[in-house]
Amino acid sequence: MSSLSANDALIKRKSSYPWLFYLLPSIAIMLVFFIYPILLTFYYSFTNLALTGEAARELKFIGFENYARMFQDPTVRISIWNTLVFLIGSAVIGQQVLGFLIALLMKQRNRTFRRVIGTIVLAGWVTPEIVCALCLYSFFGDEGTLNAIIGFFGFSEVTWLFTVPMLTIILANIWHGTAFSMLVFQAALDDVPNEIEEAAVVDGASKWKIFTSIIIPYIKGTITTNMMLVTLQTLGVFGLIYAMTGGGPGNSTTTLPIFMYNQAFVNYQLGYGTAISLLLLLIGIVLSLLYIRSMKE
Amino acid sequence: MKSLKRGLGLVTTTLLSVSMLFGCTGGKETPGDAGSGGTDGGGKTVINVTFRDDGIGENGSFYKWLKEMSAAFPDKSVEIRPAPIQASEGDYFAKVALALKSKDTAPDIVTEDTFILNSDASAGYLEPLDERLAQWEDWGNGSFIEAMKKGVTASDGKVYGVPYNTDSRGLWYNKDIFKQVGLPEDWQPKTWEDVLNAARTIKEKAPDIVPIWMNMGKATGEATSMQTYEMLLYGTGERLYDDASGKWIIKSQGILDALTFVETVNKEKLGPPLSKVLNGQAGNTASREYLPQGKLAISLDGSWITGNYLETGAAPWPEYKDVLGFAPMPTSQGQAPGSITLAGGWALSIPSNSKNKDKAWEFIKFALNKENTQKLVMSSGNITVRADVAKDPEYTKMPFNEIATEYLQNAEFRPAQEKYPEVSTQIQTMVESVATGTSPADAMNKYAQDVTRIVGAEKVVEK
Repeated sequence: MSSLSANDALIKRKSSYPWLFYLLPSIAIMLVFFIYPILLTFYYSFTNLALTGEAARELKFIGFENYARMFQDPTVRISIWNTLVFLIGSAVIGQQVLGFLIALLMKQRNRTFRRVIGTIVLAGWVTPEIVCALCLYSFFGDEGTLNAIIGFFGFSEVTWLFTVPMLTIILANIWHGTAFSMLVFQAALDDVPNEIEEAAVVDGASKWKIFTSIIIPYIKGTITTNMMLVTLQTLGVFGLIYAMTGGGPGNSTTTLPIFMYNQAFVNYQLGYGTAISLLLLLIGIVLSLLYIRSMKE
Repeated sequence: MKSLKRGLGLVTTTLLSVSMLFGCTGGKETPGDAGSGGTDGGGKTVINVTFRDDGIGENGSFYKWLKEMSAAFPDKSVEIRPAPIQASEGDYFAKVALALKSKDTAPDIVTEDTFILNSDASAGYLEPLDERLAQWEDWGNGSFIEAMKKGVTASDGKVYGVPYNTDSRGLWYNKDIFKQVGLPEDWQPKTWEDVLNAARTIKEKAPDIVPIWMNMGKATGEATSMQTYEMLLYGTGERLYDDASGKWIIKSQGILDALTFVETVNKEKLGPPLSKVLNGQAGNTASREYLPQGKLAISLDGSWITGNYLETGAAPWPEYKDVLGFAPMPTSQGQAPGSITLAGGWALSIPSNSKNKDKAWEFIKFALNKENTQKLVMSSGNITVRADVAKDPEYTKMPFNEIATEYLQNAEFRPAQEKYPEVSTQIQTMVESVATGTSPADAMNKYAQDVTRIVGAEKVVEK
């Protein structure tokens, strides 16, 4: 995160070297604890590193073998697809739209209303991921709360985690992460100057017009930044899915982090696992660059 | 200047993405203070013993037994220190492998599942024990059941552990339900068709009861590979791995037959609902809920499930000895040897990185003598690997012990190949896909592709 301020400093100062000097300690720390492990991960992805078995005896450089295997492995394609479905469903659409709507609802309401709603939404956010997963597992489970409710109204039970597994984890992630987007949008909406809105009202603009021509352009930058943040958070979600469905049934909820875990710690193929983690990293970087590019326009 | 800015922006983005991605996924824990002992302050040699604690902690039967052994161990210059790893079964193997890698974290004695022993031996984590065993009277004089030595022998022909328990598998069935639908209470199926017909009878006459339960999902891991698929495959006379040619068998009639059995059970709705059988708790659902509650008639499972029904178990059920029957799993057409069981089990091994191998060996000899090994299997409800214990009246009066030991006559072991754990996950995928409607032929073709990718084209054969 410190590099962000470095970037700001760079823009402000226009001179090129003194800032570098001040940054040296943090750059050193980054190098040791961050860059080096990442480079090591990169190196390991070209080896047959394994937890046990013949390969664990001696580390061999095997070139692009792990990557070749990745491109041939049909499960990788399924995992990428699942990752994107999960990402778009739960983060890009789910958390963002819901978070924005809640923030909009809360704008210009009285304090008590804001507090109550805010607390409820925040509860999901402050709950640790694994606790969230257990709560929602109990909710969607065969003998869970949801089935008890629909049973009460005389409908027959549905095995949610088995029939619509992807939907259950998407809903779980929305429940867990929406508060973040809500907070970001609340701050952004508060920054929209009231005078402009009032002026627009005086000019006879409809609510919809105000929304599309004033509010949206004003918070465009926030939308992109928030999109990037929730995307990166969601790409790395592991515990929630692992605890609720374990990536199953079949491979229907196997996202890349789950697949990576299975390769590294169930099949003991660490080298292959690191290659998959780099694929995940690449997806994260590509999406971030896309967002940043759209910000500049 | 501009390009520098752009470069910085790129680096920033990259770092941000990396930190967000990796910052949100949990770190790895290191196993506890389970290093090789060396000596403590008082000049005593400390022997650390690593085993799996499934959450019961100091009430676990292995822990209690270890405490008792260390108090009774005659050499008082040695302190035996338990160094449990609390983990699920799958995680235990990964954590042990990590601990064995380094001199600083390797214990002096480790409990190894025979399923992973060969992989750990190939990795160079374990000490071969042949020379030591040659001088141990018990090993050579027939005290150990000969077939059990196969489970601790790696692919290089050396022995890497002393087994202390084993298990067999068969058909647990509820006699009350059998009586109710007019099936014999002393059930002895001779072929697969007999098993299916019994299940069909139950479905017809007691529609609310699940006729037969087999683990069929990826989530139940090794239980699906071993208790279901391998019990079926080996019953056709086929094997997973051809020892003679050193190749994995990726296509055969045996594979198709085994998968067809799974398909039949699901097509005719003789099994449990898929949502129950495809999650990680399936094994416990069957043994701790369905079977004791009379909701399930037949369960293809391991000899250890009765451990749940003891007073100290997870689902105490005092009547189990009278209600349950344990029938051998027949071969597909009743061909010789008539019935089949896969055997697993656990062993005590000495890590290569242990600093006190000789003392550790002395302790293993003491802890796994007849009397002490008997204490362990009796308290944990497992089957013994020692022929002398198997004859002991104390042991044989435990319900089902004698019969489960008898099944070991035809026991088969999983291939002692380092690639087995990986192949096993492909088996689970194959079985689950058939359970969810893929045809046996298609599932076998995919299995063939996946296994070939794992072991290499020169190591596979079609029959």
